Amino acid sequence: MMQRLLAVWHARNLEFVRDRSTLLFTLVLPIALVVGMGIVFGGPERPLFKVGVVTTHLAQEKDPFLHERYVEFLPVTDRADAIRKVGRHQLDLLLDPAGSVHYWVNTDSPKGYIVEKLLLSEDHGATREQVTGKAIRYVDWLFPGVLGMNMMFSCLFGVGYVVLRYRKSGFLKRLHATPLTPFEFLSAQVLSRLSLVVLVTVILYCGVSPIIHFHSAGSAVLLLLIAVMGALSLIALGLTIAARFSSDELVGGVLNLMTWPMMLLSGIWYSLEGSPHWVRLLAQVFPLTHVLSAARAVMIDGAGFVQVAPDLAYLGITAFAFLAFGAWSFRWRID
Amino acid sequence: MSEPILEVRQLVKRYAGLTAVDGVSFAVDSGICFGLLGPNGAGKTTTIEIMEGILAATSGEVRYRGEPLGSRSREDSGILFQKTALQDFLTVRQSLTLFRNLYARGHSVDELIQRCALEKLQDRDTRKLSGGQQQRLLLAIAIANDPDVLFLDEPTTGLDPQARRNFWELVQSIKASRKTIILTTHYMEEAELLCDEIAIMDGGRIIAQGGPRKLLREHFAEVLLELPKQEFPASARALPLRLFEAGERIEITTDDLDGTLRVLMDAQVPLTNLRIRPPNLEDLFLELTGKELRA
Repeated sequence: MMQRLLAVWHARNLEFVRDRSTLLFTLVLPIALVVGMGIVFGGPERPLFKVGVVTTHLAQEKDPFLHERYVEFLPVTDRADAIRKVGRHQLDLLLDPAGSVHYWVNTDSPKGYIVEKLLLSEDHGATREQVTGKAIRYVDWLFPGVLGMNMMFSCLFGVGYVVLRYRKSGFLKRLHATPLTPFEFLSAQVLSRLSLVVLVTVILYCGVSPIIHFHSAGSAVLLLLIAVMGALSLIALGLTIAARFSSDELVGGVLNLMTWPMMLLSGIWYSLEGSPHWVRLLAQVFPLTHVLSAARAVMIDGAGFVQVAPDLAYLGITAFAFLAFGAWSFRWRID
Repeated sequence: MSEPILEVRQLVKRYAGLTAVDGVSFAVDSGICFGLLGPNGAGKTTTIEIMEGILAATSGEVRYRGEPLGSRSREDSGILFQKTALQDFLTVRQSLTLFRNLYARGHSVDELIQRCALEKLQDRDTRKLSGGQQQRLLLAIAIANDPDVLFLDEPTTGLDPQARRNFWELVQSIKASRKTIILTTHYMEEAELLCDEIAIMDGGRIIAQGGPRKLLREHFAEVLLELPKQEFPASARALPLRLFEAGERIEITTDDLDGTLRVLMDAQVPLTNLRIRPPNLEDLFLELTGKELRA
């Protein structure tokens, strides 16, 4: 079994590496995307202060500080989460006006320093709470999203269209006439694409780092594990489509139907915090959501294996389920 | 008597609104070349694909060495399809290595290259092979596992005469090593040269089966006369002769050449372009079905 699987895996790798145009596109597109994002979002931050206010009705608050110009006041209900955001420089200051007034400011944040001066100029005797932490730029938050998006396209379209091409050309029919089983064939496709996706992701991670100077607080090995599990799940998802269909239009349509919700709801571009509950629930179905959630937890918060274990487990279970379904529904030839 | 290596029993394959194979039964002895002959749409490819185990029958069964088809028959079979695509960007040697590694046993890649005369092509991208070279490679792939049964589905269709002859020589060398070959073709010359036994199919059924010479003896008198259709008077069609229309020709079979020629001369049929030859399998098919084989 291993001999057959390795033979197909090796042949597929050779095919990919020699297809120069596809190889170049696979490498250049995500690099260009990340560099572009770095240029757009990595420049000087806009001159706007953001202050979180622990309240449900911001308009009813009487504090004179809340009428300062050039400051954006954002109502927050989860104080602990807002303090974390102060630590990441996502908020310049957090104010809790209830009872004896408290405020939290990041001593490492220049903008926090200025906003604090503004607050203290109102002289309302608020109690100072100190927070520390390096700034998390948008590009730091976006970077895992771009890596994940590239992985998603490479896994779904790369595998989906390759198997479809094999079926339409009759190559699958020829393989069917050998002792190769659907599980062996699909596993070889998964492993070939997995090696490629993980390699490209590692190259991007290492290559783009000096360009955008992104921040990663956690273990690189854990990130690699997340990339492997995520790629496995997404490739296997692609195979469930490629396993059966023979029409370019249908496969393209189904792949788009899968990628667009993931593009919008998996948190590639923006956080789903504040979205309706059902949207957040729906997002949890997508493997990419778990890839990004785990990767960001590791890169931004320095999370360890235990914290991301539920995401890894979900990716592992879906990978196995998709592969089993793909092998079950697999068709060697056009009916 | 030894057990046949392949046995086809009451095979039926139906598609929506079409019965492609309609109750076909035959047995193939080990070490022979068995030909399935018939025009396009006769059911040859459907039958052979069911025998190869890559297409399910609607009913009936195929047995390999007395057992239903399965992993054993798959390991022991080599297949050359009518149309086969290979993986892009691989060389001849790499394609052979891929297929060789899908089997537990077989020839080495170097042996395959040598047997099918691919030495000069081994590093060439398979997409850059000519039709004849491609068929030689596909034959090498088909024998990668040193199969006991080799299925060849219209292997020389589209090849030029030289490439076809080269391919026949390769098949004859495989046949010489006592391998069983199942061949579908609509080239009668190919069947006459390679096959020890043939089954003629039409409309999904077998209409005749046996050794080529035996079948010709059974169905034909000694000679066949051919005349151009446009030179054959309409009034002469009523003559008491065994007369068939075959495209642009009129064919007459007879065991009394002198008598037949006399009848034709009496009817003032022009004999300038008369051709006399022994009947072949093409004539047999026409005789059996009233249709030309490559129609």
